[in-house]
Amino acid sequence: MKPSRKIDLSAFRPRIERMERRRFLKQGLSLGALSLLSGCTLKDEDAVDRLLFAMSRFNDRVQAALFNPSKLAPTYSEAEVVTPFPFNAYYEEKEAPVINGDDYRLKLSGLVADKRSWTLGELRALPQTSQITRLVCVEGWSAIGQWRGVPFRQFLERVGADTTARHVGVACADKYSTSIDMATALHPQTLLALDFSETKYGYPLRLRIPTKLGFKNPKFIAEIFVTNDNPGGYWEDKGYNWFSGS
Amino acid sequence: MSAEASDAVRPKTVHPLFVRVTHWINAVAIFVMILSGWRIYNASPLFGFEFPAGFTLGGWLAGAIAWHFAAMWLLILNGLAYLAYGLLSGHFRRSFLPISGRGLWRDLALARQGRLDHAPGRYNAVQRLAYIGVILAAFVVVLSGFAIWKPVQLQELTALLGGYEAARRWHFFAMAAIVAFLILHISLALSVKGILSPMVTGRAEPSR
Repeated sequence: MKPSRKIDLSAFRPRIERMERRRFLKQGLSLGALSLLSGCTLKDEDAVDRLLFAMSRFNDRVQAALFNPSKLAPTYSEAEVVTPFPFNAYYEEKEAPVINGDDYRLKLSGLVADKRSWTLGELRALPQTSQITRLVCVEGWSAIGQWRGVPFRQFLERVGADTTARHVGVACADKYSTSIDMATALHPQTLLALDFSETKYGYPLRLRIPTKLGFKNPKFIAEIFVTNDNPGGYWEDKGYNWFSGS
Repeated sequence: MSAEASDAVRPKTVHPLFVRVTHWINAVAIFVMILSGWRIYNASPLFGFEFPAGFTLGGWLAGAIAWHFAAMWLLILNGLAYLAYGLLSGHFRRSFLPISGRGLWRDLALARQGRLDHAPGRYNAVQRLAYIGVILAAFVVVLSGFAIWKPVQLQELTALLGGYEAARRWHFFAMAAIVAFLILHISLALSVKGILSPMVTGRAEPSR
């Protein structure tokens, strides 16, 4: 029998999941505070951790079921746009990458028919739309901003992406990564944004998804790929809920 | 044979089993929701203070969110079961009603003098108001929680509460109301003799 890539992956899946749970635990999902209060030592941390992990996956499914592909995020007027827009990343503002737009290329991979890379000029030649929506951060704060660019659905169709695939993954120049469900990728307001107030917010390319929390809106995009295996992401792998829809 | 007739041999059931079970499940759920919620609050404080880290649950934001969104199902499902029981069995009507302004005034005055009757299973007017109030606060906390969680999918609800940022404040103040209730509730449960054990056993302690 010829070994296929698919069989290899599924064989490793239980091990990957165990590793993810371990990592989840190590990131401080401890019962320290609770045992401090109750005065008892909860030794069964791993079982609690597994339960929380399972509940987070359950909440992914609940949110996917709750997601209405035609429900639009509320939009706002230009006067309501927050300036300066809050900067937020896993690193300090001064560490944000500076990318030269002239030799920038957007790479494509995975279940995409046309894997040719894109220059900024080519992306700008596609039809553009603009939106003023509220970005809600997982931390709780929110800010209204304006973004302009290519509707992501049109881009995916243009490059011949398999839109029946389950996930779209994004890898970024700042070593950030994230992934979203295909339904969200095809939502009419999901935007491959080229224009926003300042370069530090993700120049030259970011994904603006008003139906997702802020950390699901990757900046400084280097590569986009379509896949059936959930690629996770920077924060998702550390324990944040994967779907994180608004 | 009436319930009173058997009093001499068996202490009367003051808290039905259903109420006791849902009460203690709710106690666990609300404890987890509040402590993890405080950690979530600390990630982006609405007001000029943070909750002491030692009194929060989850260790960091992702952990707190995992706790919060796991325990919310326990809180909601258990809460719905309790509400259904309370409404259908007549428990709410019997225990929380009637509630009159005069009765409240009288009981508040008695409470101030420290002479308010606090019998297990029979609620005075102040208790009735407090229990109705905390159930309303629970409604607000759950609805505003949904409004914050899903400001796009449930945007009508979010708009009803005045938008996303207003919904965060609704959520905070409803939590604060519940915590205020809990401080009163727990300190009375621990200090007034003979009212805590019936919440576990269901029966009033035999009078000595």
